[in-house]
Amino acid sequence: MKIVVCIKQVPDTTSGIVKVNENGTLDRASMPTIINHDDKTAIEAALQIKEQLGGTVTVVTMGPPQADVAIREALAMGCDEGVIVGGREFAGSDTYATSGILAGALRIMDFDLIITGRQAIDGDTAQVGPQLAEKLHLPQVSYVEEIIKAEEEAITVKRQFEDGYHIIKIKTPCLLTAIQELATPRYMTVSGIWEAYQKEIKLVGFEDIKDALGDDVNWIGLKGSPTNIYNSYTKELKGAGTVLSGLSVEKYVEAIVEKLDEKHII
Amino acid sequence: MDFKLTKEQTLAKELFHKFAENELRPIARDMDEAEEMNFEMLAKLQKAHMLGIPYSKQYGGAGADNLTYTLCMEEVSKIDASTGITISVHTSLCCGCIDQFGTEEQKQEFLRPLVDGSKIGCFGLTEPGAGSDAGGVQTEAVKSEDGTYYTITGTKVFTTNSGFADTFVVFAITDRKAKTSKRLSAFILDRTMEGLSVSNDIPRMGIRAASNCEVIYDNVKVPASRLLGKEGDGFKIAMNGLNGGRIGIAAQSVGIAQGAINEAVKYVQERKQFGKTIASFQNTQFKLAEMQTQVDAARLLTWRAATAKDNHENYASLAAMAKLFASATANDVTRGCVQLFGGYGFTREYPVERAMRDAKITEIYEGTSEVMKMVISGDMLK
Repeated sequence: MKIVVCIKQVPDTTSGIVKVNENGTLDRASMPTIINHDDKTAIEAALQIKEQLGGTVTVVTMGPPQADVAIREALAMGCDEGVIVGGREFAGSDTYATSGILAGALRIMDFDLIITGRQAIDGDTAQVGPQLAEKLHLPQVSYVEEIIKAEEEAITVKRQFEDGYHIIKIKTPCLLTAIQELATPRYMTVSGIWEAYQKEIKLVGFEDIKDALGDDVNWIGLKGSPTNIYNSYTKELKGAGTVLSGLSVEKYVEAIVEKLDEKHII
Repeated sequence: MDFKLTKEQTLAKELFHKFAENELRPIARDMDEAEEMNFEMLAKLQKAHMLGIPYSKQYGGAGADNLTYTLCMEEVSKIDASTGITISVHTSLCCGCIDQFGTEEQKQEFLRPLVDGSKIGCFGLTEPGAGSDAGGVQTEAVKSEDGTYYTITGTKVFTTNSGFADTFVVFAITDRKAKTSKRLSAFILDRTMEGLSVSNDIPRMGIRAASNCEVIYDNVKVPASRLLGKEGDGFKIAMNGLNGGRIGIAAQSVGIAQGAINEAVKYVQERKQFGKTIASFQNTQFKLAEMQTQVDAARLLTWRAATAKDNHENYASLAAMAKLFASATANDVTRGCVQLFGGYGFTREYPVERAMRDAKITEIYEGTSEVMKMVISGDMLK
């Protein structure tokens, strides 16, 4: 089975303060970088399916040259090939533009399964995976908590829901998005690291995918992004809040409406 | 001269750091209190190929280098020196001897499972009556009449990893009449051989989670194919192994010291006395500066010795200097850090007292600091 995992190198927002440029984009150079947590889970899930069914795992990222380290890490975990989709034309892309660009890159690749992380810890939108599936006209399941059965023609998954779960059988080629519960990412191995740096990472630029982009060629980069970040900041906790318990549904609603009225929100 | 790590070494350091933080930090104290190695963690180490770092992929090793091995030793020892010594004895002493002196067949049969993560190794040289005087070994290997096997009898003490190791590189007399440097031979034994018995762990001041036992060899029959090198090569093989091992111990010492400093830096910024953090006092600042400078110097000496070994240069004296300086640094720095912590540093609640207890052995094993001075001056005065 040919598996593609889309990953993102993100600033480690759990390590300190988030810094923002004037145009609202993140000052990525100022923070240590990691592979996004959910994406690492996606890598692990892909490697497990490969161990079961055979095949290859190709890791793809859209990013600047620094993303090289993230690809090397994925290769050192056991992925077979790495691709960086990059270029000044793509810089500042929001999730819509990103999924258009990735779709362009993937249209010129061969795959049976795409796994992405559920969401990245910098944007926190959870949009790229599902948008990518739509642009590639692939069936998708997001919030995959467990791979119950992986076969060449179809994958049976457990999909997390707010108050329960769904068991879904989805035909390949398809796209899944991974949540943390899906797998515990393995460590790199020392031999894997040395092998990773002996491999050549494929660099894919605008010229390579501009035909495959189709109409999305107008929706790339900062200018082609329908959303712009106005500001980005760490939330300040103002208080512990009040916890209501032991009431009927009607009483809960009453209490909440009373509070909203008190604060002149309604 | 470029003092920067390569891309591979940088990524490997990240792996070691993450492993130490995620796997060792939560269990290090418990391991010390229980005086027991955590085998689940050890299996993860094997899986990550951290037990065969400088050995060729041709034999199943990680295919990295000795400098990367020192990075592993430092990152691991920052959190837990017991795991550090487990890795070091296996990698430098046991695997080192087989890698340097084994035949092709011996390397495929014995080195491969050690470096690919399947087996653990140890090194049986020291005896109750032979410590610094390694030539004073009394364990004897008598060759059979038909020459197909040796019978080994004797007792070894302080054999690190012996509590759970699979492979034992053991040194025994094969020619009592020969001069000291030609008296011994080296053999590769298995734990399962009849007559080989391992005592309980010897209770110790530090590195308490490591295994360190007495091993009795009671007429153990060892096939002649397991002789390492030639008869009489034993002393040379042992010294060679120890030269490499000293790089590992130097790195372990650097890790113990740096780990203690890292804890102290956190603590002095939190602890307040006389209305301010103790980090505000110049004494604290100066003490930290002095200790960090010592550790950086120790680290560079270690890297220099490792690089010389990687470049196939004469490194014995460089390794001795690195171990001599780094082990003294580890002892001074850990004592200094406990002092910065004050009363709380003396409790087992904080990891600095364990670092101080662990540091002491670095001045003793794999060649005492006194022996290091013999090696260095011997090289200077030849």
